[in-house]
Amino acid sequence: MKYVLLLCDSDRSTYMHQTPAEAQKTFGAITAWWGEKAQRKVILGGEQLASPDKATTVRSVGGRSVVTDGPFIEAKESIGGYALVEVPDLDAAIALAKEWNGLLPGSTVEVRPLHEGEGM
Amino acid sequence: MREEAARVTASMVRLVGDFDVAEDVVQDAIVEALEHWPREGIPDAPAAWLLTVARRKGIDRLRREARHRQKIALLEAPPPMTTLPDDRLDLIFTCCHPALARDAQVALTLRSVLGLTTGEIARAFLVPEATLAQRIVRAKRKIVGAHIALRRPDVRELSDRLGEVLAVLYLVFNEGYLASGPDRASRRDLAEDAEWLTSLLVRLMPDEPEPLGLLALMRLHLARAAARFDERGRLVLLKDQDRSTWDRDRIADAVRLIERAGALRRTGPYQLQAAIAALHCEAASHDVTDWPQIVRLYDVLVGMTNGSAVVRLNRAIALGEVAGPEPALRAVSELASELDRYHLYHATRAELLRGLGRHDEAREADRRALELTDNPAERVLLEERIDR
Repeated sequence: MKYVLLLCDSDRSTYMHQTPAEAQKTFGAITAWWGEKAQRKVILGGEQLASPDKATTVRSVGGRSVVTDGPFIEAKESIGGYALVEVPDLDAAIALAKEWNGLLPGSTVEVRPLHEGEGM
Repeated sequence: MREEAARVTASMVRLVGDFDVAEDVVQDAIVEALEHWPREGIPDAPAAWLLTVARRKGIDRLRREARHRQKIALLEAPPPMTTLPDDRLDLIFTCCHPALARDAQVALTLRSVLGLTTGEIARAFLVPEATLAQRIVRAKRKIVGAHIALRRPDVRELSDRLGEVLAVLYLVFNEGYLASGPDRASRRDLAEDAEWLTSLLVRLMPDEPEPLGLLALMRLHLARAAARFDERGRLVLLKDQDRSTWDRDRIADAVRLIERAGALRRTGPYQLQAAIAALHCEAASHDVTDWPQIVRLYDVLVGMTNGSAVVRLNRAIALGEVAGPEPALRAVSELASELDRYHLYHATRAELLRGLGRHDEAREADRRALELTDNPAERVLLEERIDR
């Protein structure tokens, strides 16, 4: 079964307050984890996104498109990246999300299955 | 019949991997049983009989939907006739999966494991039947859509997942136990249902101490049930209860459960709550209760529940008995922001303020408590305190 893990940061995310040396260690751990999962075809794909201050929102309002600066939700949490994973069931997807929490204390992960039926 | 039906449902859910189909065919099998058994006598292995019939109906049903070849093969494999594998544990853990909202976990468990109808569950929780039905439909859709596996958790996850199950069971118990008022007679005894489910869990997981703890806790509450209301149906607080009406045999039985749990050497929140309840139950009166030990047990419980505000509130009440209302009030006041919407926080403050002679403030706190509870018996008690 395929799920997308939306990897979110918040002001609780510890890496925001790390020293460069600590941040390097975190980055190394994430890269190793991701690499291992990708090799075993658990992670099929995914990306890290640039910081939310570089986002632009395009919203359909009253039949027109309105373009604004910033992420679409003004919230303390923001999407930092995503991973497309393939695992046997939800418990396995949750286990991955928990591992991500361990790598990035203070993070939040949304686990959502792909839409059923014929793909787009 | 309830036990047999639950076991057969659990097996069918595992075999067909679909709640709705499983429930339908089990229902049909039960209907057949109710027609045949009065005439032909109850079979020696009723569960096996039901399962055979359910499997046959399952095959018929799936054959009509051609894509289920694999499942048909599973159903056609002859079942072991001597013992039925017990899939009920898998079913319980699935119904109580943390990915489901608490009210969905409750509804699904009562429906699938206990076999209550949507109507019975709706009436027990005083919600419209359509609401309850929707809740169950959505829960099943989540199970299918998010691929929640129909099985018990890994050893690594067991402790957390068991915590969810016990929380669901205790919620159902409290819903039944705390219910009062004119609807009482027509409502199912959810406390009895929760107690049955917990005793089932104990049977299915004999080496786990926390289900034992929860069962003991429930039985200790039930042992005191006769004293909770006076002859006019009004709530009687613990300190005013007639302890001669407490069921000493049930208390002794519950204490044995606590000891059985203790022998497994893995303490937990329900065992602690049971131990605290046991200290109350074994005390001849409110005054000779071992309050210092109760405070010590609460200290551990606070640590175990990550500083739960409700636990700290209960600890403060016990502290009041040991050290007087002043330190207790201080401890309670620390919980102001967390428990402002909790009626028992204000009711507790009121009692402590009254103990310090601060009657106007006490009345104000009781008024606040009154605003926050719908429970008729509690309201009567609070109103009387305000008017006094």
